[in-house]
Amino acid sequence: MRIRVDYSTIYDYERPASNVLQLLRLQPAGHDGQHIVNWRIDSDCDGHLKPGEDAFGNITHMFYPDGLVQRLALHVTGEVDTQESHGVLSGSFEPLPAMAWLRQSDLTRPDAGLQALARQIDAGDALASCHRLTAHLFDTMTFDPDVTHAHSDAAHALSIRAGVCQDYAHVFLSVARQLGIPARYVSGHLVRADGMITQPAAHAWAEALIPDLGWVAFDPTNGVCATEAYLRVAVGLDYRDAAPVRGARRGGGMETMAVAVTTRDAGQVQVQSQS
Amino acid sequence: MTATTAFDEMFGLSAGYDARSADGVTAAYRAIRQWLADSPAELMAARRAQAELFFRRIGITFAVYGDAQATERLIPFDIVPRIMSRAEWTGLEHGLKQRVAALNAFLADIYGSQEILKAGIIPPELVLMNPAFCLHMVGRKPPGGVWVHIAGIDLVRTGPDQFYVLEDNARTPSGVSYMLENREVMLKLVPELFDQVKVAPVETYPEKLLETLASVSPRTRRGAHPTCVLLTPGQYNSAFYEHSFLADKLGIELVEGNDLFVRDDIVFMRTTEGPQRVDVIYRRLDDDFIDPLVFNPTSMLGVPGLMAAYAAGNVTLANAVGTGIADDKAIYSYMPEIIRFYTGEDAILSNVPTWRCREPDALMYVLDHLPELVVKEVDGSGGYGMLVGPHAPKATIAAFAAKLKANPEKFIAQPTLALSTCPTATDAGIAPRHVDLRPFVLTGADGVRIVPGGLTRVAMTEGSLVVNSSQGGGTKDTWVVDDA
Repeated sequence: MRIRVDYSTIYDYERPASNVLQLLRLQPAGHDGQHIVNWRIDSDCDGHLKPGEDAFGNITHMFYPDGLVQRLALHVTGEVDTQESHGVLSGSFEPLPAMAWLRQSDLTRPDAGLQALARQIDAGDALASCHRLTAHLFDTMTFDPDVTHAHSDAAHALSIRAGVCQDYAHVFLSVARQLGIPARYVSGHLVRADGMITQPAAHAWAEALIPDLGWVAFDPTNGVCATEAYLRVAVGLDYRDAAPVRGARRGGGMETMAVAVTTRDAGQVQVQSQS
Repeated sequence: MTATTAFDEMFGLSAGYDARSADGVTAAYRAIRQWLADSPAELMAARRAQAELFFRRIGITFAVYGDAQATERLIPFDIVPRIMSRAEWTGLEHGLKQRVAALNAFLADIYGSQEILKAGIIPPELVLMNPAFCLHMVGRKPPGGVWVHIAGIDLVRTGPDQFYVLEDNARTPSGVSYMLENREVMLKLVPELFDQVKVAPVETYPEKLLETLASVSPRTRRGAHPTCVLLTPGQYNSAFYEHSFLADKLGIELVEGNDLFVRDDIVFMRTTEGPQRVDVIYRRLDDDFIDPLVFNPTSMLGVPGLMAAYAAGNVTLANAVGTGIADDKAIYSYMPEIIRFYTGEDAILSNVPTWRCREPDALMYVLDHLPELVVKEVDGSGGYGMLVGPHAPKATIAAFAAKLKANPEKFIAQPTLALSTCPTATDAGIAPRHVDLRPFVLTGADGVRIVPGGLTRVAMTEGSLVVNSSQGGGTKDTWVVDDA
């Protein structure tokens, strides 16, 4: 599938802020099932974009806007060719040993509820456990953008059985790691099967390391393994490591952020227009 | 190891304790014994009062967590110096250099090609799943290849030639300001004693530290003077006094996170004359707080973007990020193997035998012998959260056993060592008190620097083995004396 992404994040500050800087994880790296055709990061602010790479193998940019900033818009546009692999990842850059992905983080640390869930899910086999976990979270949790926030942890999301894709992913990671399955957070984009092109946020899911298969992507929010409709951008122990933007500034007062994402199958459009 | 009679550094193992007796006095202590014999009790009391006055005037305090009475108080200072002979020190110095070299090689390896894990010397999970193993440092090389620029190695002594390393402090070792202040006060208090005894100087420490920091500057342009700063969490930190003291002695700026900013992957300091580029940061701020973009996002103490500047090789952090793994007490237990692996030599300084409670057999032994063991958290420090079995009531031991069973991997256990004693001025006269020693080892791109001695900590309560200042321990000036 040729996936086309247009992704805008706009920050508005109450007053002009100085020393604005942002750590961006907005650019995908390629792997066997994901070929980057073109990708651009732009801003309406003048400044410097410094490329780098983090310890998880993600492509990073530090963005240093010039001078005082009251409104900062980031625009990401790109096209990526993906291939259907039933969620199995190959050819990805792996700088960390698998065992590092067994570590729980602040956002995945198990409480009694997550421990009980791990016991309930344990199927004795990594692949079976991950499928069961994906189905279980899809069936028992309710997608609700108003009950959690960016710093909510897995324990909280499980206790209210609700949240957004980030929360589903954190619960998945907490349980998988308890079962001894290395697992990681993935941020990226999804071409939705229901044809809804414009989305209020980017997507997130999880990857688990399955014996004999390697890394396999599970999307508990949708109850499926990843397909060619998934574009993988960044990975980490949790949301914080893989967050598209982490920023800081001096002054500026309150902040409002608006995100607009359109993700679509560019090939489909072409085929339709040709017919 | 579990001898109940402690070795006294002045009298050896001879029975009785008469600080004025000349019987059995070790050579190094002869002058001190004479000084004590010549000082009537009233004179010693007057000196103690005077020393306290000096410290009050200097304002040297230490915040003690969990002490409701005072957030800051004076650390007790004992006016009887702790003596080591030059020969004893030279032996320790070799051992310290070897150990710190191995620690640096270990850190370079586990954040690099991980040969020691591949060789099966250390169980990989002990490193890779350790919260103190900083994933953000994997594949990174700090400027100059140095990880632990400042190490504080805690040593205890149990006999004439028996020294043990109790723990390694490679994160942000503190206490060096006391070493320097104690010497200053002693020079004022008993100048005549320094005339009789040739004491090796420690006053060169700030100079050596500055040389060390400059040697790892990422900018090596000839003639360029690197800008070094000391980054403190601020005045509410327990060691803030030390931070301001050291910055002053080094002649570098004492800064808080807010005084620095990052622009285009370069760190700058705000000054009245505009931004000034910073090359080396002696940071006394823990990893988790140094950059809210990478670590704890709620930290207001750090510098946003610092890790980007660090990764770009534009600034040096001393100590490097991720060195805390070397402080882990389960890692400590492998130090003899770590030293052999990287240096090809046997460890000069011994480790205290250590049971790793993560291992079922060890846990069983520890649970059966709690009343005779010291049990510590693997990531604990400052004497917090530890059990000293022989001094603990039954109920405390039972409660600790429950904690141990719930999370065995969080603990190690060691035999209760009979720490050596030194003559100490108490209200009841000169009496033996248990001591340890923290020498400071500086490692730069151009070599290792150590001042002779270090910080002697003394348990001021009779019989107590806990010397941590956070637990009410005191300090002594430490004299390395040339053999007369």
